[in-house]
Amino acid sequence: MKTFSEVLKAYYLEQPEKVALYLLESGHEDGSVDYRDLIDGAAAYARAIKEQGIQQGEVVILILQHGRDLINAFFGAILHGAIPAIMPFLTEKLLPERYRADLASLVSITKPSAVVTYPEFLSEVQAALKPDDSVRAVIVSDQVPASITPDFDTLGSLKCSPEDIVFLQHSSGTTGLQKGVALSHQAVFNQVENYAQSLHMNAEDVVVSWLPLYHDMGLIAGFLMPILSGTPLVLMSPFEWVRAPYRLMQAVSKYRGTLSWLPNFAYNFCAKRIRDRHLQGVDLSSWRSISNCSEPMRWESHQKFYERFKDYGLKYEALNTCYAMAENVFAVTQGGVDGPVTVDVIDREAFQTRWIAQPAEGDEGTIKMLSAGLPIPKTEVAILGKDRDVLADRQVGEVALRSDCMLTEYYHRPDATEKAFHQGWYLTGDYGYRVAGELYVSGRKKDMIIVGGKNVYPQDLEELAMEVPGVHAGRVSAFGIFNEEEGTEDVVIVAEVDTKDDNERSQIADGIRQVITRGSAIALRQVHIVDLKWLVKTSSGKNARLANRDKYLKETST
Amino acid sequence: MTQEIISTLSAHICSEMLKQPQRQLSPDEALISSGVIDSFHLVDLALFVEDTYGVVIDDSELNKDTFDNLNQLVDLIQIRQA
Repeated sequence: MKTFSEVLKAYYLEQPEKVALYLLESGHEDGSVDYRDLIDGAAAYARAIKEQGIQQGEVVILILQHGRDLINAFFGAILHGAIPAIMPFLTEKLLPERYRADLASLVSITKPSAVVTYPEFLSEVQAALKPDDSVRAVIVSDQVPASITPDFDTLGSLKCSPEDIVFLQHSSGTTGLQKGVALSHQAVFNQVENYAQSLHMNAEDVVVSWLPLYHDMGLIAGFLMPILSGTPLVLMSPFEWVRAPYRLMQAVSKYRGTLSWLPNFAYNFCAKRIRDRHLQGVDLSSWRSISNCSEPMRWESHQKFYERFKDYGLKYEALNTCYAMAENVFAVTQGGVDGPVTVDVIDREAFQTRWIAQPAEGDEGTIKMLSAGLPIPKTEVAILGKDRDVLADRQVGEVALRSDCMLTEYYHRPDATEKAFHQGWYLTGDYGYRVAGELYVSGRKKDMIIVGGKNVYPQDLEELAMEVPGVHAGRVSAFGIFNEEEGTEDVVIVAEVDTKDDNERSQIADGIRQVITRGSAIALRQVHIVDLKWLVKTSSGKNARLANRDKYLKETST
Repeated sequence: MTQEIISTLSAHICSEMLKQPQRQLSPDEALISSGVIDSFHLVDLALFVEDTYGVVIDDSELNKDTFDNLNQLVDLIQIRQA
């Protein structure tokens, strides 16, 4: 039984010069941060938070750019015994008003006591706050010293127990921000220990990540797991990766990286957008596990990635899979470490109409399913039927799990917490089936769209579209459609309008495209403007997104 | 020549990225700061420019300060070609 502070203190006292992470920034030399640097930086934030009168167990929202301040503020809040929650910062394409609304929504449920932000963003934060809300202090990063020597005897976190909440994890958007996954010290350490066993983590390992820290895959696999387990981490910014995806390959080559996690779209993205001239001298042979995680995994994406990089030493066995969620801290299952990822070829018809994953007999009408692997130690997975009965192998139902690393609760949301569990099983909202212990995830119960590894709630997008003049409340439907080429979902919006005029319709479509891009940081691929009464509604008058999706596919395929 | 590059780029962006083949971009329309093109597409646009016009655009140049509309992008291409 331990806490974050105890573990960090042990590194500080016993291995202060051990490198915790390498920070890669374009235009700068790579910086290395040892455990002493890391904790000195965190101590400065712990003091700044303390000086503002923030108490143990109070929530501190972090809105900082990817880099040292974010890392320091995160660990600093924890050293003080406060609960950090990282919120994405505003990017150039996101509209400030929208961001403010999201922030206000987070504040209303989570009731943070402080916000830490950077100078350029201060006015945005102030604009989102109200005199009577819970926020008592706004800490600006340039007012916090780069480092101080920690006094472990006076740190607020000394009183923390392993069952206390250590941080909150949110998914994005107005809806996602209202559901913070609260995780305890113990749950995080259990996950790190269990998952390290699955991955056979060892002293040779080096984690390379470009993932954002406001997402569970980035925060746990690409940040906390390596730092807490003493595994060197090479960290680059997601904003630089998207402009220069080749940097990932160069970093793996330079630092002899062994472990990485990527959402499915990144396989396609790297395969398509990296030039030979950027791969000169690159050697990927050290990469032993690249886990495909956080959006539906595609066999085709693995092939594309392998074909593109095999001449640079990439091993096929390195292509792994993982099923993960913030509610289990991170990993639930892992595939491909102890042998190649199993590919299950099933009959499409039986799967779609009878909910059975029946092995295919011929080549026609089949689906290639990638196994997400076996549950990690101390995590159990079951497939539940409509009556919540446990289903047999190859029957498709809802994926449920229980483990020693589950969330404590959805923060300040007892209603959501209660709904998420059934007799001790956490109901994931994903559909899947099992064969010989391995899990295959086949879809999801909720309407959630996953684009580029990011969960997007369709109702958030619909709300945005309704802001456009000519679009009416309740006459919009948002859904995702898988894009084979990109390896992720495209977001589609269908909107009913009164006008028949083509010019006006195209103006409305442009308006929707703009408001969605700027309001959600999601690029909308298709806007479909239709006549009144086009949209399908449920018997209770609700938006039937799946039915609208089917109708749209039929209409646009002809 | 300038006009030709603009219409080629506009056609490529509208059909491949925005999926609105009928649309035309005006040469001074903001692309990056307005969110018309997202960061994923920015890389694609750079690759398209490299392949079509034989000039190299560095990843550090993929931002609104280097070019935010087609006029500025064409200037960049022509300077590199010269």
